[in-house]
Amino acid sequence: MALKPAEVEKIAHLARLAIDPADVEGYARNLSDILAFVEQLEAVDAGDVTPMAHPLEATQRLRPDAVTETDQRTHFQACAPAVEAGLYLVPRVIE
Amino acid sequence: MHTKTLAELARGLRDRSFSSEELTRHYLERIKRFDGELNGFITLCEDTALAQAREADIQLSSGRPGPLTGIPFAHKDIFCTDGVRTSCGSRMLDNFIAPYDATVTARFKQAGAVMLGKTNMDEFAMGSSNETSWYGPVRNPWDRDTVPGGSSGGSAAVVAARLAPAATGTDTGGSIRQPAALCGITGLKPTYGRVSRYGMIAFASSLDQAGPMAASAEDAALLLQAMAGFDPRDSTCVDRPVDDYSAGLNNELKGLRIGLPKEYFGAGLDAGTAKAVEAAIEELKKLGAEPVEISLPNAGLAVPTYYVVAPAECSSNLSRFDGVRFGYRCENPRDLEDLYKRSRGEGFGPEVKRRIMIGTYALSAGYYDAYYLKAQQARHLIADDFKAAFEKVDVIAGPTAPNVAFRLGEKVDDPVTMYLSDVFTIAVNLAGLPGMSIPAGFVEELPVGLQLIGNYFDEARLLNVAHRYQQVTDWHTRIPKGFE
Repeated sequence: MALKPAEVEKIAHLARLAIDPADVEGYARNLSDILAFVEQLEAVDAGDVTPMAHPLEATQRLRPDAVTETDQRTHFQACAPAVEAGLYLVPRVIE
Repeated sequence: MHTKTLAELARGLRDRSFSSEELTRHYLERIKRFDGELNGFITLCEDTALAQAREADIQLSSGRPGPLTGIPFAHKDIFCTDGVRTSCGSRMLDNFIAPYDATVTARFKQAGAVMLGKTNMDEFAMGSSNETSWYGPVRNPWDRDTVPGGSSGGSAAVVAARLAPAATGTDTGGSIRQPAALCGITGLKPTYGRVSRYGMIAFASSLDQAGPMAASAEDAALLLQAMAGFDPRDSTCVDRPVDDYSAGLNNELKGLRIGLPKEYFGAGLDAGTAKAVEAAIEELKKLGAEPVEISLPNAGLAVPTYYVVAPAECSSNLSRFDGVRFGYRCENPRDLEDLYKRSRGEGFGPEVKRRIMIGTYALSAGYYDAYYLKAQQARHLIADDFKAAFEKVDVIAGPTAPNVAFRLGEKVDDPVTMYLSDVFTIAVNLAGLPGMSIPAGFVEELPVGLQLIGNYFDEARLLNVAHRYQQVTDWHTRIPKGFE
């Protein structure tokens, strides 16, 4: 599967990645190579093999519904790019 | 001091031949002298290391030290360390001072070990050469023009050069074993779920696993003992007792059945590497092991399967880096979408972007069944091959990597060729099995790794085989020129 530059731009948008227009061609080439490589899997006759969810066939553990974390907002916000009054600041969303 | 094993260092500390502070200073001095050319460390923690060493010296004199009390180690920069930058090799986290400790970090602290610094790695552990790091490539101490392997390239290089007696690594598709092979050290990837992933920055959550990197199997056993165990904070961590990894190191290998997968000795394996691996298997035979030819018929599916599963999980895991709560934020965002897109576009390097895009594509509407579902089915076939093999054999042996260390820059423009560096290691992650790499000779003065693969939770047996081999060989004691 060869990806066209427009498809790379669409994928980059879905992944919320800004790509320099000069790099789009290069990504189209690399990503197409990778997809061509993984397309070997098409030849596999997997029939009704169950898709693997966990190597040890373990299921998700449940824990008691109890509060285990303490409030550390100030501590965790210390590494945020911009905060004010305990809130994360982002550009205006609603005009 | 830097030629001693961990057990010897621990003994020296306990009988007061030297203090932890002296030992720590010795390694810090070696790092300052040699790491400029290797680039193995991203962050050196001189002050906190010396404080931890002094604390350990008090423990040592109070008479209740553990096996790692006062022992210095290097920590892969993927593990969160409270108050210390945790970059994951990325510009995205260049400014990230972790606000908490990973469970592995906490366990080393509790054991009284001394963290020398955080080691260089491929960005977000995505790479096989350590060339995708935002902090520049690591150089292989055996030949500065070659790569150390990746993604735990910094950890492998600093242990090989004896700038640290031991290190941590993580392995999603070979990231402990392949650099261990290329740098001539011992590395072990435990069974999926044996070591907690809490606070270990996620790449592909169904594959990621932390493990020890050291000069010998005996040392790796001591480190794994400190790392392994149940952690309620990781929902995939397995609640099962931890073996005593040192107790059985000297067990006899008589009658041990070693499976040799014919798929691991065919096309694509360098002739010199094959010769060294075959010689290592001869040594194991001399120790009483019995080789059994086996087949892993779906081995060829491992790399393509991995490059659907791992990018899919990566695209999901890395969506948390949005420039809002922590990490890199672009300058003057126009609006929220611009903030997300440019923070991520500028914060991530090209290989991480490639993998996010492959994963996004594979998971997008209309493609899920063809890529992700198919890959998870292939993954089952791969795991079933191993299951069948372990009915006939106790361990599996083969090469860790198809070649010795390659030259810096050689594969960097060709992702698919780079991905094939992990052709022998990836299946182990897909199946969730434990695997290790040990030094097994040289090709043109570059180290070769022997890979040993065990059944689920059979880490103790892998360490036993590796230790017996290291009792009759001296590859693991060799130190690269200039670092003696």
